[in-house]
Amino acid sequence: MIKQHAKTALGLFFTAVMLFPVYWMINVSLTKDTDMRADPPHLFPVDGTLEGYRAVIEQQMPYLGTSLIVGLGTVALTLVLSAPAGFACAKLRPKGGGALSFVLLIAQMIPGIIMAMGFYAIYLRMGVLNTVPGLILADSTIAVPFGVLIFTAFMSGIPDELINAALIDGAGRWRTFASVILPMSRNAIVTVSLFAFLWAWSDFVFASTLDGGGDAQPITLGIYQYIGNNNQQWNAIMATAVVASIPATLLLIIAQRYVAAGVTAGAVKD
Amino acid sequence: MAHDVMTRVPAPAPADAGARSPRRRKGGHWTAWAFLAPVVVYLVAFYAYPLYRNLDLSLRHYTVRSFVQGDAPFSGLDNYRTVFADPAFGPALLHTLVFTFVSIAFQFAIGLALAVFFAQNFRLSATLRALFLVPWLLPLIVSASTWTWMLNSDSGIVNAALELIHVDPVNWLTSPDWALTSVIIANIWIGIPFNLVVLYSGLQAIPADVYEAAAIDGATGWQRFWRITFPLLRPVSAITLLLGLVYTLKVFDIIWIMTKGGPADASTTFATWSYRLSFGNLLPEFGPGAAVGNLLILMALFFGLLYIRFQRRQSS
Repeated sequence: MIKQHAKTALGLFFTAVMLFPVYWMINVSLTKDTDMRADPPHLFPVDGTLEGYRAVIEQQMPYLGTSLIVGLGTVALTLVLSAPAGFACAKLRPKGGGALSFVLLIAQMIPGIIMAMGFYAIYLRMGVLNTVPGLILADSTIAVPFGVLIFTAFMSGIPDELINAALIDGAGRWRTFASVILPMSRNAIVTVSLFAFLWAWSDFVFASTLDGGGDAQPITLGIYQYIGNNNQQWNAIMATAVVASIPATLLLIIAQRYVAAGVTAGAVKD
Repeated sequence: MAHDVMTRVPAPAPADAGARSPRRRKGGHWTAWAFLAPVVVYLVAFYAYPLYRNLDLSLRHYTVRSFVQGDAPFSGLDNYRTVFADPAFGPALLHTLVFTFVSIAFQFAIGLALAVFFAQNFRLSATLRALFLVPWLLPLIVSASTWTWMLNSDSGIVNAALELIHVDPVNWLTSPDWALTSVIIANIWIGIPFNLVVLYSGLQAIPADVYEAAAIDGATGWQRFWRITFPLLRPVSAITLLLGLVYTLKVFDIIWIMTKGGPADASTTFATWSYRLSFGNLLPEFGPGAAVGNLLILMALFFGLLYIRFQRRQSS
């Protein structure tokens, strides 16, 4: 019994150490400008301020809005592309499907910075540099290979009998996919959507290369410009960081088991 | 359910499994490719083409003008020669390797220790394990800017803590001696959750009766770890390490945001070097930038193919 408590105490200690930077971000976001360079730094935001968050509301809302649109757009594009492909790989098993899975695995390993360079050259010529659709398209390349692999794995677990029954009832393959397979794949849909959103929301490489001069910029660039301008208002920077972390936190709270499943699937962000 | 299905995802679908759907009708082959067509078109247009453009960039002599107009002369491997001859090449290669291997070593060791610890299923263990995912889920710019402030020379909490134990303050991000260490520390912090979660799921797959048998034979905890856990975890460990290698090689955001590869190139890796050549200067050098990027792809593919080979051998 005592040993169990000791383990819990040790676990709490490890977690506290691991999450200290997160606490520090919150603490600094509430610290007054005048206390920012106190020596030693204030460990708790006593006598704190909400100035940082006021700055977020005044300056960062457009960035947050753009990120939301980019995130949702990426989710939609990723689902539309990867769910049918996953179905085909898992259940229709065409010749060459194995090669496609291989290509998708390789695709996941290509550094984002190199994709960004290629996209930059193409976008510049096509005139879609600094546009939101261009950014959505680029961001989706992070999630589509992952999406196909997740849908393939998940749909492989759906019994063939169900599909055959639908086919015998006269449903076409498309109907079978849309009204039998998709509703059963809720878990996979949630997992893929979560990660597609999170990756698009967090993306910095594509945003800085493809949308660096855009009118509508995502929150990652909002923070980056804060830092880059030699802005010494660290409470505002950290407040923006806290706000930018909300989606990740929400996802962890409401969809923790999907997150764990996605990580285990070999999903790793750039 | 999702969890069970997904632990084995990266293994491609076995080719002979067509036998499992005997009712496949004539023409099913084409239907299947109709479902796949969007993704194939997508991969060609938005993966293959950008990569081809990048290769093309690395084989031509570009200026800003010819970059827009697209009439740059073919220059063969000149850009690669330029890159190899650049005095920054050696240090960048060294930093890339040090950053990758040191990060991986610590992430893996700490992740494994935590996985073994959390596998003991004490009160709150599931909740605390979930909380460990937070650093991995945060946008990299959030983590990187938080670490930037924590490691600030004058007002950072890290130097304040060092002062408490009478250690002189360190110029973490502004001294060439410490910049690489600083970005490695931040990167280790970000990578621990991934290692923890994957290794933890590997531990769950080891049958409990093996441990019971060992306990009856009087094995100590230390012996159980080295004689049972470690050998049985070897396949999962190899996969974790190889994936970690592939993904750590291409880390860009953290380094760029914290140090921009500086000071004086002290934390420049291939990823940040390539970005700086193409986007970081007033006069972009797209050719050499693309060349460095392609070298980075080669390195990532080397470990990536090793991973796929290993993964296939595991599942067969």
